[in-house]
Amino acid sequence: MFLINCPFCGEREQSEFKAGGEAHIVRPKQPTELSDDEWAEYLFMRKNIKGVQFERWNHVHGCRKWFNMVRDTSNDQIKAVYKMGEKPPVK
Amino acid sequence: MSNNLRFKTSKFIDETYRVSFKFNNKTYFGFKGDTLASALLANGIHLVGRSFKYHRPRGIMTSGSEEPNAIIQLHDNSSRTEPNVRATEVEIYEGLVASSQNCWPSVNFDIGGINNLLSPILPAGFYYKTFMWPASFWEKYEYFIRKSAGLGKSPKVADPDIYEHKYIHCDVLVIGAGISGIMAAKMAAKNGFKTLLVDEKSYLGGSSIYDNSEFSKINNQITSSWLEKEINEISKLENLEIKTRTSVAAFHGYNFLLARENLTDHLPINQRENKVRQRLLKIRAKKVITATGSIERPLIFDNNDRPGIMLSSAIKRYIDLYGVACGENNILFTNNDTAYETAMSLIQRGIKINAIIDNREQIDSKISYEVEKNNIKIYKGYTVVDTYGYRRINKISIMKLSKDGQTVIGDKTKLNCDCLGVSGGWTPAVHLFTQSGGKLKFREEDQVFIPNVYPSDQISIGSCNGDFGLEEIIKNTLSSIKKFLDIDNSEYKTVETISGLNQSKRNIWLLPSDKSIGKTKSFVDYQNDATAKDIKLALREGFRSIEHVKRYTTTGMGTDQGKLGNMHALGIISETAGTKMGEHGTTTFRPPYTPLTFGTIVGRNVGEFFDIFRRTPIHDWHVANNAEFENVGQWKRAWYYPKDNENMHQAVQRESKAARDSAGILDASTLGKIDIQGTDASEFLNRVYTNAWSKLAIGKCRYGLMLNEDGMVYDDGVTTRLGENHYIMTTTTGGAANVLGKLEDYLQTEWPELDVYLSSVTDHFATISVCGPNSKKIVSKVVPDLDLSDEKFPHMSFKNSKIDNIKCRIMRISFTGEHSYEINIQANFGKSVWEKCMEAGKDFNITPYGTETMHLLRAEKGFIIVGQDTDATLTPIDLQMDWIVSKKKYDFIGKRSLYRSDTIREDRKQLVGLLTENPEEVLEEGAQIVADIKKSPIEMLGHVTSSYYSPNLKKSIALGVVKGGKNMLGQKLIIPMENKNINVTVADPVFLDKEGERLNAKL
Ligand SMILES: [Zn+2]
Repeated sequence: MFLINCPFCGEREQSEFKAGGEAHIVRPKQPTELSDDEWAEYLFMRKNIKGVQFERWNHVHGCRKWFNMVRDTSNDQIKAVYKMGEKPPVK
Repeated sequence: MSNNLRFKTSKFIDETYRVSFKFNNKTYFGFKGDTLASALLANGIHLVGRSFKYHRPRGIMTSGSEEPNAIIQLHDNSSRTEPNVRATEVEIYEGLVASSQNCWPSVNFDIGGINNLLSPILPAGFYYKTFMWPASFWEKYEYFIRKSAGLGKSPKVADPDIYEHKYIHCDVLVIGAGISGIMAAKMAAKNGFKTLLVDEKSYLGGSSIYDNSEFSKINNQITSSWLEKEINEISKLENLEIKTRTSVAAFHGYNFLLARENLTDHLPINQRENKVRQRLLKIRAKKVITATGSIERPLIFDNNDRPGIMLSSAIKRYIDLYGVACGENNILFTNNDTAYETAMSLIQRGIKINAIIDNREQIDSKISYEVEKNNIKIYKGYTVVDTYGYRRINKISIMKLSKDGQTVIGDKTKLNCDCLGVSGGWTPAVHLFTQSGGKLKFREEDQVFIPNVYPSDQISIGSCNGDFGLEEIIKNTLSSIKKFLDIDNSEYKTVETISGLNQSKRNIWLLPSDKSIGKTKSFVDYQNDATAKDIKLALREGFRSIEHVKRYTTTGMGTDQGKLGNMHALGIISETAGTKMGEHGTTTFRPPYTPLTFGTIVGRNVGEFFDIFRRTPIHDWHVANNAEFENVGQWKRAWYYPKDNENMHQAVQRESKAARDSAGILDASTLGKIDIQGTDASEFLNRVYTNAWSKLAIGKCRYGLMLNEDGMVYDDGVTTRLGENHYIMTTTTGGAANVLGKLEDYLQTEWPELDVYLSSVTDHFATISVCGPNSKKIVSKVVPDLDLSDEKFPHMSFKNSKIDNIKCRIMRISFTGEHSYEINIQANFGKSVWEKCMEAGKDFNITPYGTETMHLLRAEKGFIIVGQDTDATLTPIDLQMDWIVSKKKYDFIGKRSLYRSDTIREDRKQLVGLLTENPEEVLEEGAQIVADIKKSPIEMLGHVTSSYYSPNLKKSIALGVVKGGKNMLGQKLIIPMENKNINVTVADPVFLDKEGERLNAKL
């Protein structure tokens, strides 16, 4: 079980958090302008990388805030956590 | 008790404290400090069980948690009965009762033993190959296979014991209190680290604590004396917590570990009352030091499984620690120096050793010379080729090994014995290290896997790290702990060691025999009866990966996870396939290291604490009024209120009729309530609901449908505008938490620019819904201040008011199609207001109804229940709810998905009403709907989602989803059931009062 450093609360057990899938996928501003394929790209396509991945997490049983995490999915090492809207601190 | 097997000995056995116990219905005696295994051995009992597949007699093989054979049933015929307990780990207590497993009628005469004679036709994969065809016979085979294979009995009644969970946070966790663990714990604690030291045994010191040999000394003291002083010193350290009888079960990422602490299992039953039996420790350690030691390897030769064949280190432990001789005519069989330590322990007590068989041609160590001096015959370069004796070994035959160790040469010699100690060297106990994600490397010199890459802040020391010599252990422990903890002071000045052993070894994974392999039974996995022959067969049949061989032969799949034999399996595979060790993988050790009881896993979460449940403020009234309850999410909701001897159907029919004929009352407190405030609240609702919200006037209510981004219906409910920038949203009971989460997600991540604040107020309000033609009269009595006239308080509007000076919110909204009111009041007053309504409604036969009647009433009106009539594959269009989807709004969650090529298909499943040909026939929810039963295969068009007998319409009604159902109005369809086909007609889903006359009637 990971220890996650919530940017608002500090280090807490993984059981307080919920994973929310890949980060930095922006909801299109004008969905009606998109073709089926373009909309499907936004709606369904996710990377699921073995290695360093950018993810959304929610401190659901804590401050309820969403934030981003950089995690190596091959060994579960968390490289960084950062607030929504912030630039990722690592590549 | 056979006196010549028990020797005056260590302080670990209290010879003044005799303990009686029962094994297989016979009473025996042991001493306090004995394990069940040591006490049985002291009574001359080796045969304790039968093997899993061939039912071969099996004895005690080890002295620890790696035991594959001596697994027993503890506490016969009691609520505490427990299968698969290792006799080597059970500390005896007065009144202990245990019995053998996997044998019938008795361990000495076992009918399943016939499998042993049939073994030529029971090769690896036999069950897979034989019993899978014809498939329909499997059920019959399975019964007999399971019956003859039964491993122990589970208890039939609830566990009377108490279990608990505990979190522990520490700087340093040391696993294993052998010599290196003790030293590491002292160094950590003395340097200011908050340290926890755990060991699975009841005592500290590991195997060094009974090492009284002149051949291993530390600072010129006998190892055990030196270690005792160390233990004495650390037991006074404030920074150090020590837990014995504590076995680490799992080592997860981020140094999170689970351990089981045994608290009462060693006590007489009558002293366990009201005490916690086992505790699951959830340990978060900043640093972990693994010092789990090593497990002695057996040797793989023909018939190496007879009772009386044991690990040589176990024989040493039994004599040194428990004062028990495992045999009176011993032979030791080894490929390294370990067995000579055992020999010295036996020699010191005058126990007879008939011979030592050593695979090595050259033996050159002080301890071996000492053994030879005692006139013990050592057969150098020899191997055991066979053993004899059914219930106990009585003879072995030996032959000389060829130079390359691949064959045997010369004559066969037979030697008598009643106990054979085997030693194939040592395997580092890397189980926890690999569980944590650590990577191993193979060390060619002595053929062991040792830790290589650490995935977290941890280190392995001592023999689990591949350091076997005393000098090496101490030297490396000191230097690596200093580095690991980054400390200058090791707390140890000079530590001088003397050891009489050298580390030479002649490793042969599968010892040769004069028989062909097909005629041998050389066991690799004792518990699952997997032999070297089975592994070779698997390779011949094309299996290569260890994970496949393991599953095919069941090697390492027992409750011991192959702690003894896995290395040999890998060795035999690599030798046979001509590959490098580890090339085909090493097997994965999975948690738990030793089995856990279910009690430990669940802790206090049993009975009413199994799962939390939520009660409404009116719950007690429902209980007092005979309600039956239904679980909805975590809520307990009143389901129906049976009167007299009513069954559910009768109660629901009565409740439904009363609600439409006069008045019904429902506890709707469980509906999710989300308070929404902020200057952008209206815009926010516009984006999350399918319909338009900007023009909703203050004081008005509106029904809303929420979609997922994929266009599928997610939740629904009525939202009320309380003020300019203030709304209260209701959600389904089960969806409340998810809806709040979803709304927060969009607010925080997609639309952070919106000025909106959400807060859950579900528990703050009690919600009471009063409906029916007489609801107005009742509510006017309960809330006299409020003008209930249709002009002042029309349908879908809201008013603030007061009941006995307590503020309340009243909405005129309806989920039944009847004229109805929803009273929301601070939760604490919920019950008294409910009682007020009951009192006010007395003259109108006000009838409390539960969720079942609510479902029936809404189905009469064709109102959907999200999650019952929908299943995340239906759009609002599929539900024939086009009216609620705004055409004008530019965007809302899910809008774009409503015109994807897939969602505009005409033949999607769509919600329809279903009427049965026979109005008395009620359909089964979930039943399939078809059009043509003659076609093969029959095309499934959909299924029934809701179905009831309507007392108000006096006929059966149902909702269902049907492919292209929207255009099938009036069409006949068929519901095929097990013994009949039911004819139905597709109908409008609104069955009652389509025009809304009841809702708008002047009352
Ligand atoms: Zn937080």
